[in-house]
Amino acid sequence: MQMLTCKHISKKYEGDGYALRDVNFSVPAAGIFALIGRNGAGKTTLTRILATQLSPTSGSASINGIDVMSGAGSLREIIASVPQEARAINWLTPRQFIFSYLLWRGYGHGDARRKADEAARKLGISRFMDTASRKLSGGTKRKVLVATVMASEASVIFLDEPTTGLDPLSRSELWDTLSRLKKDHFIFLTTHYLEEAERLADRIGILENGRLMALGTLDELRGKVKYPYSIKILSDYSVAKPRKGNMIKGVDGFQQIVTTEDEANRISRELIKKGVRFSMNPLSLDDIFYYIVKKPLEEESYGDEKERY
Amino acid sequence: MAMKRSGISQFWASILANSIYALGNYPAMMVSMFLTPFSILVVIFFVSHGTLLTVAIEGGLIMTMITSGMSLQTDLSHLKNDFKLQDMVVASPTGAGMYLFGMAISELVYSIPAIVVLAVLAILFTHLTALAWLILIAVMLAMFAFSTCLGFFISTFTSDVMESWAYTSIISTILSALPPVYYPITYIPMPFRYVAYLSPATYAAEIIQGASGFLELSSLSAAADWIVVIAITIIIGFVAVKKSRWREE
Ligand SMILES: Nc1ncnc2c1ncn2[C@@H]1O[C@H](COP(=O)(O)OP(=O)(O)OP(=O)(O)O)[C@@H](O)[C@H]1O
Ligand SMILES: [Mg+2]
Repeated sequence: MQMLTCKHISKKYEGDGYALRDVNFSVPAAGIFALIGRNGAGKTTLTRILATQLSPTSGSASINGIDVMSGAGSLREIIASVPQEARAINWLTPRQFIFSYLLWRGYGHGDARRKADEAARKLGISRFMDTASRKLSGGTKRKVLVATVMASEASVIFLDEPTTGLDPLSRSELWDTLSRLKKDHFIFLTTHYLEEAERLADRIGILENGRLMALGTLDELRGKVKYPYSIKILSDYSVAKPRKGNMIKGVDGFQQIVTTEDEANRISRELIKKGVRFSMNPLSLDDIFYYIVKKPLEEESYGDEKERY
Repeated sequence: MAMKRSGISQFWASILANSIYALGNYPAMMVSMFLTPFSILVVIFFVSHGTLLTVAIEGGLIMTMITSGMSLQTDLSHLKNDFKLQDMVVASPTGAGMYLFGMAISELVYSIPAIVVLAVLAILFTHLTALAWLILIAVMLAMFAFSTCLGFFISTFTSDVMESWAYTSIISTILSALPPVYYPITYIPMPFRYVAYLSPATYAAEIIQGASGFLELSSLSAAADWIVVIAITIIIGFVAVKKSRWREE
C-alpha cells in the first residue's frame, strides 16, 4: 500500500481559475515528502486537500489507504496540521495553546501537560512557555505551532512552510528534529528553501501553476534534467542561443544557459574570448527547480519575465 | 493501537482556550462581563418609570442567551481566519459537533455574571411561579441552542472577522432590535407587529410574557409559539451540523 496517493486531483476555487490541474502521484513510504513550487503554484491548496481541510473539485486522494473525502473521520484520527498562516492564539501562552490543542485531541490533563513540556524542550522554546504569544518573536511563534502538532500522537503531519521566519540556527535545529521524527512519521511539508528539501526530504515534488512537474528522490530529479551544466552570465551581455540546451533567467536574475558538458565548454571558451564574466557549474537543486519550473527565455520576452518575479 | 480519547478533555479545551485563559490574560473582559447585563435594564427601568422592570429582567435573560450566539460567531470567525484554528481542529480527531458544543458553553462562561445578577433580580422582583420558571429556563435553553448553532454556522462561512461583524449587525437587528423582548408586544402598533413576528425571539418573548402574566396568551397561541421556537431551533441545529463549512469547499 502506498503512503500517499493522489489521483487526478483538480481544484477550482469558486469564481477563480484552477489552482490544481490533474495532479497524479504517489509516495510509497513514510518519511518526509517535500513539495516545492513558486508562490501560487498550489502547494497550500494541495496540502489542505490532503489534510481534509478543503474539498478537491475532482479527483481523489488517500493516505495510508484512507480516502481523504469518504474516510475523513478515520483519517483525522491520525493527522495533524500546521497551516501556512496559522498563528499561536494571542491571548494564550504557548503552554496554554499546546495544552488546549492536546485536550482537543482528547488527551487527559496529565498527559497533555507532559507532552507539551516535552515538545517545548525538543524545539527549544521551554523558556517562552509562559510568555503571552502576542509578545513572542515571529520565529518563536512559528516554533510553538510546530511544537503543538509534534506533541500530539499524530503519525501523519502536514507542515505548510514550517521554517519560514526561522533564523538559520533554529531552522537547522528544526531539521534535526524532523529528521528524527521521520523515522516513524509521514511528514508532508512545503518549503521555499530548496536546501531544506534537499537535506530532509526522501522525495520531492515540484508543483508549477497547479501541475506536478516532477517527482522523485533528489537523484531521480537530477536524472530527469536533460542538461546537467549551467553557465551564468554575470556581465551585461546578450549571449547567442546555445546549439544544445536552453536559455533561462536564473535564480538570481542573471541570464543562464543550461546545456551539455561539451556545449558548456564551447560556450565558456567563447565567453572568455569576449571577456564576459560568467560562472559554470553542474546543476544544483536550485538549478533543477528553475530549469523545470521556468519556461525557456525565448518563449517569453524579458519584460514579462521580470513581472513574474 | 488507536488512542483512547476523552470527550471531557475535548469539551474542556474550548472552554479553557476561549474563555478561562482569555479572561485570565485580559482582565478588562471581566469588567465588561459584569457591566453588560445592566445597560439595557437601566434604560428600560428609567424610561418606563419602573413599570417594565420585570419584563425587562426576563427579556435580559433571553437576550443574554441570544448574545452568546452572536459572540460565538465573532469569536469563531476570529479564531478561524486570524489564527487558522478551525483548519487545525478540522485536521484532528475533534469533530465539528464537539467543537461547537465546547465553544458554545465557553460563551456561557462570559454570561455567568449576567445570568446570576438577572436571576437574583428575577427572584426579587418577578414572583414567578415554579411553572413559569421552568418555562423561562426552557425558552432560555432553546434560544441558546438556536443562536449558538446559527453563530457557528455563519462563522464557518466567513473569511474575515470584518465580514462576521456585518452578519452580527444583521442578526442583531433581527434578534434583538425587532422583537419586543424588553417590553410587551402589545406596545408595538398593529401593522408593525407582523414585522416583529419575523424574529424567532418574538415567539420566545411572547411565551415568557404569557407565562409571567404580562400578556393574555391563549393556550393555542402559546402552543403555536412553542412550535415555532422548537422548530427553528431544530432546523438551525440541523443546518449547523450538516451544512456548516467545516471542510472548505
Ligand atoms: N481561497 C481562495 N480563493 C480563490 N483562489 C485562491 C484561494 N486560495 C488560493 N487561491 C489561488 O490558488 C492558487 C494557488 O494558491 P496556493 O495558496 O495553493 O499557492 P502556494 O503554492 O501555497 O503559494 P505560496 O508559496 O505563496 O504559499 C493561487 O493562484 C491563489 O491565488
Ligand atoms: Mg502556500
